[in-house]
Amino acid sequence: MAVLRIPDFSKSNTIDQVGIEERCSRFQTRSIKKETKVQGLKMVLNMIDLTTLEGKDTEGKVKQMCFKAAHLHDIYPGLPTVAAVCVYPTMVKTAKDALGAAKIKVASVSTAFPSGQAPLQVKINDTKFAVDNGADEIDMVISRGEFLKGNYNFVFDEIATIKEVCGKARLKVIFETGELSTLDNVRRASEIAMYAGADFIKTSTGKISPAATMPVTLVMLEAIRDYYYHTGIMIGMKPAGGISNSKLALHYLVMVKETLGNAWLNNQWFRFGASSLANDVLMQLMKEKTGVYQSSDYFSKD
Amino acid sequence: MAKKIIPALDFKGDWNYSPAPEDTKHINLQKQYELFIDGKFVKPAKGKYFDTINPATEQVIAKVAEADDSDVNKAVKAAKTAYDKVWSKMPAKEKGKYIYRIARMIQERAREFSVIETLDGGKPIRESRDVDVPLAANHFFYYAGWADKLEYATPNRVSKPYGVAAQIIPWNFPLLMAAWKIAPALATGNTVVLKPAETTPLTALKLAEIIQESGLPPGVVNIITGAGKTGAALVNHPDVSKIAFTGSTDVGKLIQKSIAGTGKKATLELGGKAANIIFEDAPINQAVEGIVNGIFFNQGHVCCAGSRLFVQESVADIVIKKLKDRLETLIVGDPLDKNTDIGAINSKEQLNTINKYIKIGKDEGAEFYQSSCNIPSKGYFCRPTLFINASQSHRIVQEEIFGPVLTIQTFRTVEEVIEKANNIPYGLSAGVWTDKGSKIFNLTTKLRAGVVWANTYNKFDPTSPFGGYKESGFGREGGMHGLMGYLKF
Repeated sequence: MAVLRIPDFSKSNTIDQVGIEERCSRFQTRSIKKETKVQGLKMVLNMIDLTTLEGKDTEGKVKQMCFKAAHLHDIYPGLPTVAAVCVYPTMVKTAKDALGAAKIKVASVSTAFPSGQAPLQVKINDTKFAVDNGADEIDMVISRGEFLKGNYNFVFDEIATIKEVCGKARLKVIFETGELSTLDNVRRASEIAMYAGADFIKTSTGKISPAATMPVTLVMLEAIRDYYYHTGIMIGMKPAGGISNSKLALHYLVMVKETLGNAWLNNQWFRFGASSLANDVLMQLMKEKTGVYQSSDYFSKD
Repeated sequence: MAKKIIPALDFKGDWNYSPAPEDTKHINLQKQYELFIDGKFVKPAKGKYFDTINPATEQVIAKVAEADDSDVNKAVKAAKTAYDKVWSKMPAKEKGKYIYRIARMIQERAREFSVIETLDGGKPIRESRDVDVPLAANHFFYYAGWADKLEYATPNRVSKPYGVAAQIIPWNFPLLMAAWKIAPALATGNTVVLKPAETTPLTALKLAEIIQESGLPPGVVNIITGAGKTGAALVNHPDVSKIAFTGSTDVGKLIQKSIAGTGKKATLELGGKAANIIFEDAPINQAVEGIVNGIFFNQGHVCCAGSRLFVQESVADIVIKKLKDRLETLIVGDPLDKNTDIGAINSKEQLNTINKYIKIGKDEGAEFYQSSCNIPSKGYFCRPTLFINASQSHRIVQEEIFGPVLTIQTFRTVEEVIEKANNIPYGLSAGVWTDKGSKIFNLTTKLRAGVVWANTYNKFDPTSPFGGYKESGFGREGGMHGLMGYLKF
C-alpha cells in the first residue's frame, strides 16, 4: 500500500472569506421545488443525527427520542428513519437497547465533550466506554487550546490515538469552529483530522455560537474534496447545530451536490446534527402532500 | 508503484433540480414599439420596423421602429430644444428629483424589467434579477445625488454641460448600460438621445415608459431604435456635442474618425481581453470560482470578462482539474429558469462568431475542452469552453471572442505574467489572485488595465469608475470620474 505523505499543516491552503460567502449565497439562489423538494426533504430526514446532549438527559428521555428516530411520522407512509441518534457515553447502552433491530446507528460524543479539557487517558477511557457499550460512531472534540497554540502535532496525535480506540466505530472529529475563529483555521483543522484518520469531520458541539454555518461547512467540504483528489479516500461531513429549518437544510444539500457530487448525498457521507430539524422537515413534507401547513402540535416532540 | 486511479467526482446523480421558470404573466409588452421622441411615442418617418427575437427560443417578441435620418434629426432637435429651454434653466436640485424618481420606478418594476431583459437578451434571470436591474437603479440613485453637488466634484472650477449627448449602447447589458449613460448625463445637466442595440431594445423602451410617467420634461431623454445606420446618423448630427459609446473597438474607431475635427467630445468604452492571474499562493478554491465568474458571467458577453487565464505552473494541474469539475455543475439552458447559470447567446450572429473562434482554437492546436452538459436544441447556446495550453501567439488569445470561451496559459514568474498580460492591444480589466497583499499592489501598478480586481472578479458599483487603456477606449464611467465625461470647463 502506498504510504500517505503527511503535509506540513502550517502551510495549509488559504481561504478567502469573501469568496466563500459569495459562493454560499449562490447555493441559496438555487430554486428547489416540487419533486426535487420532496426527494430532498426525505434525504434530509435520512441524514439526521437526532441528538440529545444535555446535563439533564435521562434514560426515559433517550428512550423516547429513540422511538421517534424510528417512527418519525407514521401517518406519512414510506418515510425513512433518521441516520443515527447522538447521545452521551452513559446513554449509549440505553439507546442501543431502545433501538433494537432498527437500522439506526448510535453515535456517542466522547473525549470530555464539549470542552475536551481533560487528560488523554480520560479521553481514551471515555471513548472506550462508549465503544464497549456498543456505540457505532464516536463524535470526539479536538483540543482547541492546543490547536490555537499551534500545537498541531498534539491535535494530530490525539485524533490518531482516539481513532485506534474506536476500533470498528466510525470516528467523527468535532472542531468547534465557533472557537477556531478563522476559516483558515477551519481548513487547517480539516486537513489535520483527515490525515490523522477521521472518518467524518464535524463543525460544532452545538454548545457554542456560532455553530454550523454554510461558509464553515463549505470550507470543510472543499477540504474533503481536496483530500479526495489527493488520496482517493472519501471523508464524511457533519454540520451540527443551528440548522433548524428545511429550506436551510436543502441549501446544504445543494452545497454538497455541487461541491462533492452525488456520491456524498447519503447518510454514509453526510449528516445533519440537529434536534429540531426533523419536525420542520416533516411539516414541509406534509404541506407538500396535503397542500396546507399543519401546526407544530401535529408533530411529536420527543 | 502504480499510481492509484481516483474515480472522478460525479455531478450527475439522481437528485436534480426541477424546472423553476420565472413567471412571465406579469409583464406588459406591446406587439410594436415606436420611437420615444420629445416625451411621446411616435411612428418612424418611413414606417419601417424590425423584429426583436428571444435568442433562447428564436421567436419574435415584438416589432421595433427603425429610425432613419429624419427621425434622428427630430430626436436631436427635441433634445436641443429641451436643453435650451428647460433643462439648462432648471435648478439642479429639481433635476436631481427627477433622477431619483426614475431610480425608484425602476426598483418598483424590477421584476418586470428582469424578465424582459432575460427574454430579449438571453441572460439568465438570476443575473438580470440580482445584477443588471438593481445596479441600473443604483446608478440612477448615485448620480441623482450628484446633481446638486457638482461644485464639490470640481472644486474651484466652474463646470458646464455640453448640451446634447448622443449615447449608443451595446446588447450585453441593455438596461444597465442605458443607466450608465443616462444617469450621469442628466445629473450634469445634459439632454440625451440614446440608441439601444438592435437585438436588445426592449428594456430601454420600457425605461422610456418610466421616463414618460416620471414627468421628466419632454425631450430631455429621447430613445430611438435602429441599427448601425441610425447610430451613424446620430453621431454625425451637428447639434450633438458629446458622444458616449460602448461597443466594439471597430465601431469605436469609426466614430473617432467621423468626429475628427468636429469638436465633439467622446468617451468610448470598447473591447477587452482581460488577464485573470492565479498565483500559487492564491486561495485556490475561491480563485476557481473567480475564474468561472470572470468568463461565464453573462455567457462571456462582457467587455471586461476574464477571458485569458494565467495560472502559475506549480498549481496549473490542480486549478484546471478543479475548473473542469466546476464546469460540470454549471447549468446551461432556459434563461428564465431560476437555476440556470449560463443562458442563451445573444444572437445567431454572435453564436457564429464564437463558433468561428472555437474552430480557430482547435486548428491552432490548443487543447479543447467543453463541459458535458446538455443544451437545448432550439435557440442559440454554447457550452462553457476551455482552451488549455494556449499560447500568446494564438488568435484565440489575442482577439476578443465575447463568449463563454476561456484560454488557459501558464507562467513561472511575476515578470513573465506581467509582460504577457500587457502584451495585447486591449487594456480594460484584469484580475489578480494571491494571498499576499504586496504582490497585489505590485501588479496593480504594472498591469495596463483600467480596472484590476484582487481576489474577486466582475464586481461593479456605481461609485467605482470603469474604463480602459489602449484599444479598450478612453474616458471613465461610474463614480465621480463618470461626471467628468459630461462636463466642460
